[in-house]
Amino acid sequence: MQLQLDVNGERHALDLDPRTSLLDALRDHLGLTGSKKGCDHGQCGACTVIVEGRRINSCLTLACMHEGDEITTVEGLGAPDDLSPLQRAFVEHDGYQCGYCTPGQICSATAMLGEIEKGWPSNVTEDLEAQVEASIEEISERMSGNLCRCSCYPGIVDAIRQVAKEEAGA
Amino acid sequence: MSLETTRQLKHDTPDHDRRLDGMAQGVLGTDMDRPEGPLKVSGRATYAAESRPEGMAHGYLVRAATIGRITGSNAEAIRAMPGVLHVLEDERMIRNAAQGMAGQSPVQKQGQSWYVGQPVACVVAETFEQARHAAQAMMVTIEPDGTHVFDAEAEGAEIDTPEKKQVSQGDLDSAMAQAAFSIDHDYHTPSMSSAAMEPHASIAQWDDEGRVTLRGSYQLLRFNKNELADVLGVAPDKVRILSPYVGGGFGSKLGLAPEAVAAALAAQALGRPVRVVLHRRQVFETVTRRSETKQRIRLACDADGKLTGIGHENLVSQLPGEVFSEPVAQGTHFQYAAPNRVVGHNIARIRRSAAGSVRAPGEAVGVTAFEIAVDELAKSAGIDPLEFRLRNVPDKHPENGKPFSSSTMEATLREGARRFGWQHSQPRQRREGEWWIGTGMAGAVRVNMMIEAHARVVLTGTGARVECDMTDIGTGSYAILTQVAAEMLGFAPAQVETVLGDTDLPPASGSGGSFGAASTSTAVYLACMELRERLAAKIGVKETELTLKDGVATHENRQTPLAEVLGDEEWRALGHLKPGRAGREVRQATWGAIFAEVAVSDVTGETRVRRMDGTFAAGRILNLKTARSQCHGGMIWGIGLALTEALEHDPRDGHMVNRDLAEYHLPVNLDVPQLGVHFIEERDDWANPLQAKGIGELSICGAGAAVVNAIENACGVRVRRLPATLDQVMEGLIAQG
Amino acid sequence: MRAFDYIRAGDTAQAVREGAGQETRFIAGGTNLLDLMKLEVMAPERIVDITRLDLGGIEETQDGGLRIGALVTNSDLAADARVRRGWPVLSRALLAGASGQLRNKATTGGNLLQRTRCYYFYDRGEPCNKREPGSGCAAMGGTNRILAILGTSEHCIATHPSDMAVAMRALGARVEVEGQDGTREIALDAFYRLPADTPHIETVLAPGELITAVILPAPAGGRQIYRKVRDRSSYAFALVSVAAVVEVENGRIAKAQLAFGGLGPMPWRDAKVEKALVGEAPSPALFDRAADILLAEARGHGGNDFKIPLTRRTLAAVLSQATEAAA
Repeated sequence: MQLQLDVNGERHALDLDPRTSLLDALRDHLGLTGSKKGCDHGQCGACTVIVEGRRINSCLTLACMHEGDEITTVEGLGAPDDLSPLQRAFVEHDGYQCGYCTPGQICSATAMLGEIEKGWPSNVTEDLEAQVEASIEEISERMSGNLCRCSCYPGIVDAIRQVAKEEAGA
Repeated sequence: MSLETTRQLKHDTPDHDRRLDGMAQGVLGTDMDRPEGPLKVSGRATYAAESRPEGMAHGYLVRAATIGRITGSNAEAIRAMPGVLHVLEDERMIRNAAQGMAGQSPVQKQGQSWYVGQPVACVVAETFEQARHAAQAMMVTIEPDGTHVFDAEAEGAEIDTPEKKQVSQGDLDSAMAQAAFSIDHDYHTPSMSSAAMEPHASIAQWDDEGRVTLRGSYQLLRFNKNELADVLGVAPDKVRILSPYVGGGFGSKLGLAPEAVAAALAAQALGRPVRVVLHRRQVFETVTRRSETKQRIRLACDADGKLTGIGHENLVSQLPGEVFSEPVAQGTHFQYAAPNRVVGHNIARIRRSAAGSVRAPGEAVGVTAFEIAVDELAKSAGIDPLEFRLRNVPDKHPENGKPFSSSTMEATLREGARRFGWQHSQPRQRREGEWWIGTGMAGAVRVNMMIEAHARVVLTGTGARVECDMTDIGTGSYAILTQVAAEMLGFAPAQVETVLGDTDLPPASGSGGSFGAASTSTAVYLACMELRERLAAKIGVKETELTLKDGVATHENRQTPLAEVLGDEEWRALGHLKPGRAGREVRQATWGAIFAEVAVSDVTGETRVRRMDGTFAAGRILNLKTARSQCHGGMIWGIGLALTEALEHDPRDGHMVNRDLAEYHLPVNLDVPQLGVHFIEERDDWANPLQAKGIGELSICGAGAAVVNAIENACGVRVRRLPATLDQVMEGLIAQG
Repeated sequence: MRAFDYIRAGDTAQAVREGAGQETRFIAGGTNLLDLMKLEVMAPERIVDITRLDLGGIEETQDGGLRIGALVTNSDLAADARVRRGWPVLSRALLAGASGQLRNKATTGGNLLQRTRCYYFYDRGEPCNKREPGSGCAAMGGTNRILAILGTSEHCIATHPSDMAVAMRALGARVEVEGQDGTREIALDAFYRLPADTPHIETVLAPGELITAVILPAPAGGRQIYRKVRDRSSYAFALVSVAAVVEVENGRIAKAQLAFGGLGPMPWRDAKVEKALVGEAPSPALFDRAADILLAEARGHGGNDFKIPLTRRTLAAVLSQATEAAA
């Protein structure tokens, strides 16, 4: 089927099998391979992209359901010579090793900080109605939908905390 | 281009020169960021499945749902499905991934399904969606070929007891009988998966000269090249493998896997590029897993807590026809001194999917169980488990009397304890609400290995390029090889480019067994040393008097920019490391100590790790940042081994039941506290001219025991069957009343 | 994944009309449906995309309750200020489920209709009466650590995987559905079916009927707790979970609404348990009696036997927490 996808500020016309997941459309049809396929079933988070400002698993949605949506992938967050603050912090804190889950971690973290800013609670939030802080525990819980088998969780948390602090100070 | 000269080292003797300590650039051993970092964090590093050659078709593997002889299939109907180009049922398909360093074809299909989940066909279609559906529609007829055993401990399991792998010294039975204190328990560790985040993927493309290029995700390219050539029946020079980025390996990508063979065969048959990516469920089943183990551990000590007897008798499982078996007691041979010793190694030939190397094969599960047993003995002897270990540090290899290349066991234990604030305590002393709080510790040990490696370094007046088929599976190869060359040749790291993951480049060690960094770094070191000699000769000084820094050669107070020395020339040197007697005359190992604090719910038996510290010694640390991350990784794998990870096999046919990432529980971010990692500065001259040893596996070898021991200290429940899931702990709590 | 016709519904009437067709499924969040379609555990021929329907939004009802549109995402529902204040057990249950990414996609209606996580249901190589009626149940005699102890039949021992639905059941929610014959409301208590000999039929929905909203009664007050016990600290399905709304007055339990996850083929609620608690002074003995009633018919299948004591202990801890501070 014919459809259009708006990715990283660009509109793309595609002719896709309706079965094509958003992830496969990005990777195999648009060449945006930054979004990774780790499990294809919403069980690892490597495919996380930001759609309409929200992080989602792009493997568990059909491309054809996202016509008109604003889609941001890791490529849209920054380039090697122009990294986003989170991307830079991941390098600095070694919040990755093999790098395969990393784009998903970074897309997830980017949107997650927005969720904290909006005051969304999490499963570890003591008081559902109080202000939420970007504490280690809050970050860890909110990032638990992104598996990392190299197990860089300490570096990931450090990187995100640094950016959260910078943003809070800004 | 100038000629390429080679410097070879046959590694027979220790290197006391420690030349790296005299280099001037000051980049080695720092916490330099990974040079490929910006590519990885921006999604521009391209992994195996991520190129799109013109005309690429898509293959999807078909799974055997039962065991037996393959007698037919509905391939004809499948060929008629939309988009289907080819149904591959080739006898050359492999039943499971090759074992690490096989260098030849793994066991091939031969009309058999050996285990439930074996790939038995591959359907190729124009699109991924078409191939996936057609593969799911494909049915292979399998005639049962008798009854099989699916559990190593079941009656009727065929057991191999290789003579070479049994040790008996002194008289353990008497030592046990006469011991002041002793323990004799069975410990179990589960079947486990590497579960690297990148599923195996291969894109194969043949050229007009009959040469196949495979973009794959592999750890040991020089071996993988020969494996693929052997499967295909072509000369090795007709195979090129590219793996510039590997999305995690942990042993699962040591050996050629079924998707690579299927892609190569299908691409050959169709005359167009074919991509085959394993579905996550196929990764679980067709790539080697870590064997479950049953470990009988007997320990005896005298009244002072001095070990008098050690028994470690193991049962592991393996599919018929595979040579590897989990070397459970690899660390036991030398970790602790005791005059009376028994090591037993038994392999049950059962029909679960093939077992193979998973991060730290042997010690990961062997040291873990052993360090739980040591904790149990220390407890019965009424001795602080830290102190107990300190009383049993060996001064030489306890079985064969060889010296240790370096022995840092005591130093890591003492320093680790100091950093953690270790205090011995009785169980069930601390409580916060419903949570019991406790601490535990364990020693860590891992053998150190070197294997043959080549690397080329190309020097120009303005920088250098390192080239070899080494892989970076997240371990930091790009970083450390860049650093070694930068340090030796006196350049800022930005002036050094490291090109890896291509079998057309010199064959390096590859990544596995923690040998990659030290082996390939040594090859780079040798190539750089060769270039330094040539520079010195050209300038007219002795190499040892040459200082290289920031692109300038300093010698007898004179400074010459390298650009001046080389002009437009490109100097090439090949370093070649050959392992030798240095690896045999001494016992080389890395050591560590791990401390953990846990909370255990008195209600549910859930365990949360609250604090965990590791102190390690592994010779020269080449990059503080990547080494620390490797240690984080191992410690977190230890948390997984202790608490969450287990492959469940169906009792009736051995198939993996929980073969996805929702039900095979890797630790998640919230399971892990901010870990402490500390290195003890060390130079191990026996290891190599860099005095560096492997660090990628050490921290998993015991980490799980620290957690399990902490559970006992918290709530009094001793778990001997890992992982310590909440049901086991809860049942222990109930039994205590 | 089988090829399907993709139909984007423009309004509810169209969705219901299209949805009544053979082998047709609605898709909204898609987080469970596509998961299962990729494995061909579900293989619809037609997919009706309902994400463009006007079924979002959370409105207050006249009696002080909430009407939650079927397309409201789990994230939005969990974060809704009214839910956090008045129905915190629902927020808690939602936040205990899945991951941030999945909650951003999963919808209120879809969450109620999640299929089981049984290993054998997910495995087309194995018999499963839920997936293929009459083929048998491989979970019996197989690996069943995560499976049900209550409400099972010889044909199926699957559990319902939702957290949200457990809290909604404790809260006495109702489901608003639209079908070709119009709109009706179904109490969540009557929404799910036990497996008996038709485990493939999980709810009372007729073909084509579309969940349009979930209605919560006015805030129940009391102490609200959702406790989820699982194999890792986050991003895992419940082994056992307890949703509790408990009120203590003058030292006696005045209200007890309890629902359980991980125990049965549906979010489990047992009026007998609540009846035994109401009017009594909280005590460990009372909680134990409540567990006796809840678990009277419980049956383990080997691997999941531990759920019986685990439920007993978790229930006691939840009731103790719910009653002590308020007492």
